[in-house]
Amino acid sequence: MSKDSSKVLSVASIEAKNLSVVLGGHKIIDIPSFSVFPNEVLVVIGPNGSGKTTLLLTLATLLKPEKKAIIAYWGQPVKYTSDILKLRRQFAVLFQEPLLLSGNVWDNVTLGLRLRGIKKDEIILRAKKWMERFGILGLAKRQIKTLSGGEAKRVSLARAFVLQPQILFLDEPFTALDSPTRAALLDDFESVLRETRVTTVMVTHDHNEALILADRVAVLIAGQLRQIGKPNDIFNYPVDEEVASFVEIGNILNGTVSQQNSGIATVAIGSGQIEVVSPVLAGTRVTACLRFEDISLSIPGNSDTVTSARNQQKGIITRVLPLAAQVKVILDCGFPLTALISKRSYEEMGLMAGQEIIAAFKASVIHLIPHK
Amino acid sequence: MNLIWQGIVEAFRLLIHGDREMLRIAALSLEVSLSATAISLILGIGAGTAIGLNKFTGRKFVISLVNTGMGLPPVVVGLAVMIFLWRGGPLGFLHILFTPVAMAVAQVIISLPIITGFTAASIQQLDTKLRFQILALGASRFQMVWLVIKETRLPLLAAVMAGFGGIISEVGASTMVGGNIMDQTRVLTTAIVMEAGRGDFGLAIALSVILMILVYAVNLVLTMIQQRNKAQ
Repeated sequence: MSKDSSKVLSVASIEAKNLSVVLGGHKIIDIPSFSVFPNEVLVVIGPNGSGKTTLLLTLATLLKPEKKAIIAYWGQPVKYTSDILKLRRQFAVLFQEPLLLSGNVWDNVTLGLRLRGIKKDEIILRAKKWMERFGILGLAKRQIKTLSGGEAKRVSLARAFVLQPQILFLDEPFTALDSPTRAALLDDFESVLRETRVTTVMVTHDHNEALILADRVAVLIAGQLRQIGKPNDIFNYPVDEEVASFVEIGNILNGTVSQQNSGIATVAIGSGQIEVVSPVLAGTRVTACLRFEDISLSIPGNSDTVTSARNQQKGIITRVLPLAAQVKVILDCGFPLTALISKRSYEEMGLMAGQEIIAAFKASVIHLIPHK
Repeated sequence: MNLIWQGIVEAFRLLIHGDREMLRIAALSLEVSLSATAISLILGIGAGTAIGLNKFTGRKFVISLVNTGMGLPPVVVGLAVMIFLWRGGPLGFLHILFTPVAMAVAQVIISLPIITGFTAASIQQLDTKLRFQILALGASRFQMVWLVIKETRLPLLAAVMAGFGGIISEVGASTMVGGNIMDQTRVLTTAIVMEAGRGDFGLAIALSVILMILVYAVNLVLTMIQQRNKAQ
């Protein structure tokens, strides 16, 4: 069996087949097949409770999947016997909390190396290198209890990198930090990742972390891998309504293609209709995704606002929501539509609820998802 | 009033003169209870760690048994040990009834659930993710258990204090399986009961003062260890 599987499975760093994980009688993860390639940074995103942490723990061999599952590391299917320690010692795992042990910073950074029985000289060399890299060399003697959140996180990062892992697993490592600390740390972490080219699997619900770090992004919803691909594809071309909603694509409108005319689909939505550059055939039920910021607003009768946009939707403002630098304007054009405009335009145009307005957007900025 | 005053004066006289019989009694008390605590520690940390770390069917039942055991009446333990060690009893051939060994056995039975319960509870209280993190750092099963025990050492010291405090001050089991035999099995608590019963309040008060000093001294040492770890 093991010979057989190692032939089938390629040289991916991790290759999983029939990956299902059941915890407390509930199926948390159900993924038919999934790979992580050497030197890539794969970021798994998904809402809370989608099974991200379970997936990560399973890939890090800390949880056992169902019997039918095969997970191979560098072509070798894992067996959950005492050999697993050897495999696990090629990994490093970082959790949301720093999870440091009592003692001082040095004890913590060197713990993994000491557990491996590595020689003292090398421990000192490696620990110093990575503590310096994460800016905590000066904290070596400090007791863990006296560290700030950001310092503790740096200690846990050094503790992971000092192991020189073949695969790095991260579970929302930056979530619990305040935003300046997080930005500084993310910056350091990103450059270390680029330098070391360590194969990385990270789970997060933060889109920005995915955009900054990922070579590929996977979207996990309800334990299923809905989409995997380049960050740009995931955030601009979601494959279904739930992914679209999770990646915050903006307006998500359900309708039916009423007409197809040489690559321009007319989609009937509510009591209105829009035109979209798409080959989808008439009669197909579709979900149309349209970013808030791709919509521009103008006041009817104002001749200055000539536009090349194919869609000119007349509507009525139902609500105005001021944000920090921008304003969210919600319209009714026969279907609800939300636009995001700058505070300045909002003030110049003097927009208010109840006012008539024209929403313009290009036929090419809309992403259509045909329903199956 | 006079009685109490006389008792206290007598107590101080005995303490200052360092009455030999009194010292022997105190030494035996310490010997029996410290060795019982040590044995309970070894068994209890092992059992408590096993209960705290592993998920198995009947775990809740085992925990409820341990928790019940934390409140075992010493007299009942004494009776059970006595029956087992009685000449015709299942372990009668050991011939240890009415010896300090029998008293230590009874005290192990009293303190073991306390130490097991404290250990299991403090290990369960540790973040599950900490165990994952320790394993992920490359710890073997044995290394993981060792690190987890090290992480819980503060509550474990509390367990030692509770266990030791419970057995050095119990009287029921010691009386039953020890027999309060002079120079052999007489310990502080059994001697206090006897002297008080005879109306020799001076000696009873002196023994009580010694008992309290011993309990305080042992706890002081343990507290210092505990707090030193904390302050580091």
